[in-house]
Amino acid sequence: MTSLEQIHRSEVAVSVELQTPDMTINIGPQHPSTHGVLRLVARIDGERIEEVEPVIGYMHRGYEKLAEVRTYAQITTLVNRIDWVAGFANEIAFIRAVEALAGIEPTPRAQWIRLILAEMARISSHLVFMSSYPLELGATTPLFHALRERERVLDLIESVTGGRFHPNFNRVGGVKPVAGGGSSTKTASQDLPAGFYEGTRLAVEKVLAVCEDIDSLVTGNELIKARTVGVGVIPADKGIEYGLSGPNLRASGIPFDLRKHEAILPYDEVDFDVAWAETGDCYDRYVVRLEEIRQSCRIVLQAIDKVPSGPLQAKVPRVLKVPKGQAYVRNENPKGEFGYYVISEGGRIPYRLKIRSTSFSNLSILPWVLKGALVPDLVAIMGSLDFVLGDVDR
Amino acid sequence: MSDPWTTGWFWADTVIKVAAVLAIMLPGALALIYAEVKVSAHMQHRVGPYYAGGRFGWAQPLADGLKFIQKEDLVPSAADGLVFRLAPYVVIMSTLATFVVIPFGPDLVVRDLDLGAFYLLAISSLSTLGVLMAGWASANKYSLIGGLRAAGQLIAYELPLLLAVVAVVVQAGTMSLPGIVDAQAETVFTVGGFDVALPFILKGQIIGFTIFLIAAVAELSRIPFDMPIAESELTMGYLTEYSGLRFTMFFLGEYASMISLAAVAATFYLGGYWLPGVSDSVLNVLGPGVLLAKVGLLCFVFIWIRWTWPRLREDQLQNLAWRWLIPLALVNIVIAGILKVVL
Amino acid sequence: MGDQKRIVFPFPGLFKGMWVTLKTLFKKPPTVFYPDEKEVPVPRARGVISLDVEACTVCMLCARECPDWCIYIEGHKEEIPPATEGGRVRTRSKLDRFDIDYALCMYCGICVEVCPFDALFWSPEYEYSEYSIAEMLHDKERLTEWLATVPEAPGLEPS
Repeated sequence: MTSLEQIHRSEVAVSVELQTPDMTINIGPQHPSTHGVLRLVARIDGERIEEVEPVIGYMHRGYEKLAEVRTYAQITTLVNRIDWVAGFANEIAFIRAVEALAGIEPTPRAQWIRLILAEMARISSHLVFMSSYPLELGATTPLFHALRERERVLDLIESVTGGRFHPNFNRVGGVKPVAGGGSSTKTASQDLPAGFYEGTRLAVEKVLAVCEDIDSLVTGNELIKARTVGVGVIPADKGIEYGLSGPNLRASGIPFDLRKHEAILPYDEVDFDVAWAETGDCYDRYVVRLEEIRQSCRIVLQAIDKVPSGPLQAKVPRVLKVPKGQAYVRNENPKGEFGYYVISEGGRIPYRLKIRSTSFSNLSILPWVLKGALVPDLVAIMGSLDFVLGDVDR
Repeated sequence: MSDPWTTGWFWADTVIKVAAVLAIMLPGALALIYAEVKVSAHMQHRVGPYYAGGRFGWAQPLADGLKFIQKEDLVPSAADGLVFRLAPYVVIMSTLATFVVIPFGPDLVVRDLDLGAFYLLAISSLSTLGVLMAGWASANKYSLIGGLRAAGQLIAYELPLLLAVVAVVVQAGTMSLPGIVDAQAETVFTVGGFDVALPFILKGQIIGFTIFLIAAVAELSRIPFDMPIAESELTMGYLTEYSGLRFTMFFLGEYASMISLAAVAATFYLGGYWLPGVSDSVLNVLGPGVLLAKVGLLCFVFIWIRWTWPRLREDQLQNLAWRWLIPLALVNIVIAGILKVVL
Repeated sequence: MGDQKRIVFPFPGLFKGMWVTLKTLFKKPPTVFYPDEKEVPVPRARGVISLDVEACTVCMLCARECPDWCIYIEGHKEEIPPATEGGRVRTRSKLDRFDIDYALCMYCGICVEVCPFDALFWSPEYEYSEYSIAEMLHDKERLTEWLATVPEAPGLEPS
């Protein structure tokens, strides 16, 4: 036990003797640090949190219910909006699930384009983390650096798909091939536009440069270390017990990455390392995400040289009727493991869509990890788990 | 000291001097607010105020001030009326009162008190009272917590501030601020016919200077010590219920005390209005400029630190004050005493 | 990693951060001063949907496929004279009403994609905010105006 802990325990002991009652306070749902509309009912004793109960559902938009009355193409559009920070990543697992049910393989070119855009979504999501996490700790400057370079990545995604946050680019059998169905729009290919490769190289260079800046501003900063090292330690077994995934689990010492383990995109043909750390405190989770940005940049640079030529979408009938069956496909989203369970009874509309969202499981560890933490650490820990309420509530 | 601009009537003199100091300090606070927004904007790679009053947005603080003044006068019904209304004025009065002893030139000081340093520290600690009054009188659970935390922080950092000043007083041999500047203007050694005088920061007070700066940033409740204000669940802490003119008083008070503490640091450690090799009569004219330049430099450092570093947690903050800064400041006094006797 | 987490006395990390901030202080900000300067969106950006009335055959595919059902279409059938002497009278559908409610529109593009007759196009225009939600319903005439802003398709990367 460090001497600081000893001091704190004696402090708690004193307040027990003095019979100071606990106070129940309500944090949120409107709150600058809770990443959305999250309500935490916290029972605190002085500075220490005794118990926290997260109350979620303020952002429930009814995705699973909406999916019961929408066609697969319409659901692809809606599903972008679950984890809006990394829009493209949400579509991939869903489309793969539908492709598995329909028995259609995506074309090689489409798979590589999906890989490039997925990694760009990862860079984009982690840059948002880089901007918001130091902001919650008080350092206001990394926000501007990170978001400035994120604009480049978003511009690239927009130049291909037409949308910055909601690309709506995946189609069953590949990616969106042409602009429309008419005689002239049928020839307007939605392939990678001219200047994409060069733009990507420039963006990667700038993102890596900003990672260096953020390294200087945040990673080495002793005050950040004082706020995050040893704070919110999640041991590996607890992480697995609560269903943690993604960078949160990798920071606790388990180098499990679905991209290496069970890839639905051609990750086995690119060379990259899985970023992981040992202790599982807030600092580790931050460092893992910074390293993941660098690895994603590495993947993108390799991928743009490897994109094979070919059609953008496999041959699918105009009105797609998916045969009866069930499929569960999971993907390595920037925030963790994201899965879709699709049940089809035949027809254009699924019978049931169940979304296994990353942030819902990541959030479930909050009552355990916040027990006994100090109130200012609550902000540090919640920020380091990097959840988005749209992902939690769906 | 003879005063070249005296009218001979004590009260008229004092009123003129006070008015002159206020005339420099209150617009100075506005200029500092502008500097803060512009410098912080460029540090974050953006532009900052741009449209108010012309291309560089120089009228932004004025516009903000006017906006605050025309706001509704809100006092919570459960609040303790008199205390709530007085609190902002306690804070700003205690800050402005510190300018009475700060010398702007060899003869340009409102009142050269023999107990200058003592008076300074005593008066500036009254702002803690104002903070407590604000937190208590707001009748808001969160303001109360914020006020108590702020008071705890302010009291904790008063001590290192004080002890750092004690070391300087020991080394200078006098508590009067002009006397301290004179002590720094004394020749330490001669080099090739030139008399070299060193400001205290170079005469063995570098540790003291660091302690003073850290304590000053904490007294100002700026990042990295702004836990009371930027509390994630306490909105603005003790300032939550304040709006309009009262909030402006707190706000101006913060920037005025930034100038005040920077001026004090410049006087104690950097030589105040004094420049090497410049005669007294020239310093009577240039002195305010020199002091303001040094103040500007220190305020730039305050702004730079604020926008680069994150904030410390409350217990880490208290830890730093009680377990590190105070022992270090005591050691510093001992060293200053030894140096004074030995040299 | 253990090394990286240690806090060493003169705190070099703090000063490295200050150096980055100081360097940025002297760089020119990349700010675009909207509305005096505007960023030009990429050609494929999904800003607003435009309508080519002549091409529309009132097939209702777009209205059906829209996930939000924000397209309102009404049409009627017209008789046009036969193509040749003595031939059959032909009918043609004519559009009476084609409204897109941009307050509901999700900008997904499904309508543009399913249209088999080249009647809908994406345009990168984005400046059509209104003070009242009712004015976010763009009727046939307004949608035709947007047609002039539809850009040429960009060239593609050679594959």
